[in-house]
Amino acid sequence: MRTPTAAGWVKPALFLLCLVPVIDLAHGAWTNTLGVNPLETLTRSTGTWTLRFLLLTLLVTPLIRVMRTPALLRYRRMLGLFAFFYASIHLGTYLWFDKFFDWQEIWLDIQDRLFITAGVTAFLLLVPLALTSTRRAQRALGNAWNRLHRLIYVATFAGLLHYFWLVKADYLEPIIYASIFAVLMLARIRKSSTVNVSGVS
Amino acid sequence: MLIRIPKRSDEKESAVTDPEIYRQRRVFMQQCAAGMAGLAGGLLVGGQAQAGLTLGTPRSSPYSTDEELTPMHAATHYNNFYELGYKKEDPSRNAAALKTEPWTVEVEGYCENPGTYAVEDLVPMDQLEERIYRLRCVEAWSMVIPWVGVPLATALKKLRPTSQARYVAFQTILDPENLPGQRRNVLDWPYVEGLRIDEAMHPLTLLTVGMYGQVLPNQNGAPIRIVVPWKYGFKSIKSIVRIRFVEGQPPTAWNQATPNEYGFYSNVNPEVNHPRWSQRRERRIGEFRKRKTLMFNGYAEEVAHLYSGMDLHKYF
Repeated sequence: MRTPTAAGWVKPALFLLCLVPVIDLAHGAWTNTLGVNPLETLTRSTGTWTLRFLLLTLLVTPLIRVMRTPALLRYRRMLGLFAFFYASIHLGTYLWFDKFFDWQEIWLDIQDRLFITAGVTAFLLLVPLALTSTRRAQRALGNAWNRLHRLIYVATFAGLLHYFWLVKADYLEPIIYASIFAVLMLARIRKSSTVNVSGVS
Repeated sequence: MLIRIPKRSDEKESAVTDPEIYRQRRVFMQQCAAGMAGLAGGLLVGGQAQAGLTLGTPRSSPYSTDEELTPMHAATHYNNFYELGYKKEDPSRNAAALKTEPWTVEVEGYCENPGTYAVEDLVPMDQLEERIYRLRCVEAWSMVIPWVGVPLATALKKLRPTSQARYVAFQTILDPENLPGQRRNVLDWPYVEGLRIDEAMHPLTLLTVGMYGQVLPNQNGAPIRIVVPWKYGFKSIKSIVRIRFVEGQPPTAWNQATPNEYGFYSNVNPEVNHPRWSQRRERRIGEFRKRKTLMFNGYAEEVAHLYSGMDLHKYF
């Protein structure tokens, strides 16, 4: 399984790299350099990083196929868990800085505001994926694990809706993220329709 | 590219070669080149309109709040001015793209004195007042800003609106060649706003040329804008080039873009739910906890009578 090229240091290095955004934000918060509205910066930035990590996670499978490097699979779980990590901070900043844990207000928000509904849905869909991310859960669930983890498609879609619906007028960035998502999904559809024919992919 | 450089890094980068300074330098060079024509006049008029120049000592006003001022840096670096970019930090960075010289305001419609006016014609500089107002953005944040200007009524009375003038329509500059935000149809340019004539004539409504004792910075709507403190910020239209007295309710930019979210009146109202933001609370910039939003942004005593008998949920 383990190729000698995937040296032991790659995974820890990638781990640290994935921490850079949160370290950067923590440093910015500490030195008060997150701009005029730092709490908003925290929420926005962690939301964007959640989406980026979801897309990075979705990138692994097509990349393995194109580059023929199955070794990349060992980094997918970590990327997915970092998506959940940033999503958790993102949700946390909303619950704390926006609503100050006023659960009644939060419930009204979920009902009244479509972008909140979509965002909370995306987060809730990620929870079972994070919980079943261990090797043990993977073995115990067998084939069901693969089916369950297809929820990441729905979660990312809900995350994109969340982004579209919160934007006031400038849709450029959500369109870019949605386009990347579309490409990554298309790569999967093409694979599943050609894999049986050619046997290799 | 998948990974975008974080905004803070952008700032660090731009600190190396500040694009604003770069552009201002270019503008300065251009002005030098063009300076042959009317050197003395150009310097005098151009100098008066430069942001950062102090406006003497404007009179204080009983309409001012005594709340703590938002730091000037915050009020000038966290702006919604889509003509100069769609992110809060864009307008200050792109400020030099707004050309405020020369500047005229076209006055049209139902009034006795239509025509082309200079800023000084509309705003008598010897009558400037400082008004410290709360500013409540529809996005649920707020500031306290010391504006400098004259009541809009002072200017409008000089223009002598006729009895047919039931509304006043305003228009922002249209300059897609220079204004980066107008290169994409994010809004239906030019930005337009409007007030009912009694709202426009209300003593709180300020025709504004300065803030913090200085000439308005470009990103805050130089050289001339209005400030309507009991309405959400987007009603306080910036960089005005046209004032038109009309009979029917004029179209307004955000209402045209998303009619179910932004009404014509857009009075600050904690009881009227917005599809995006709960309007019950607001974050005063610089504060951690949120404050309760006040009816008419705390100006109910002065303006509530304008809307007596109106269903404010319907006319939001």
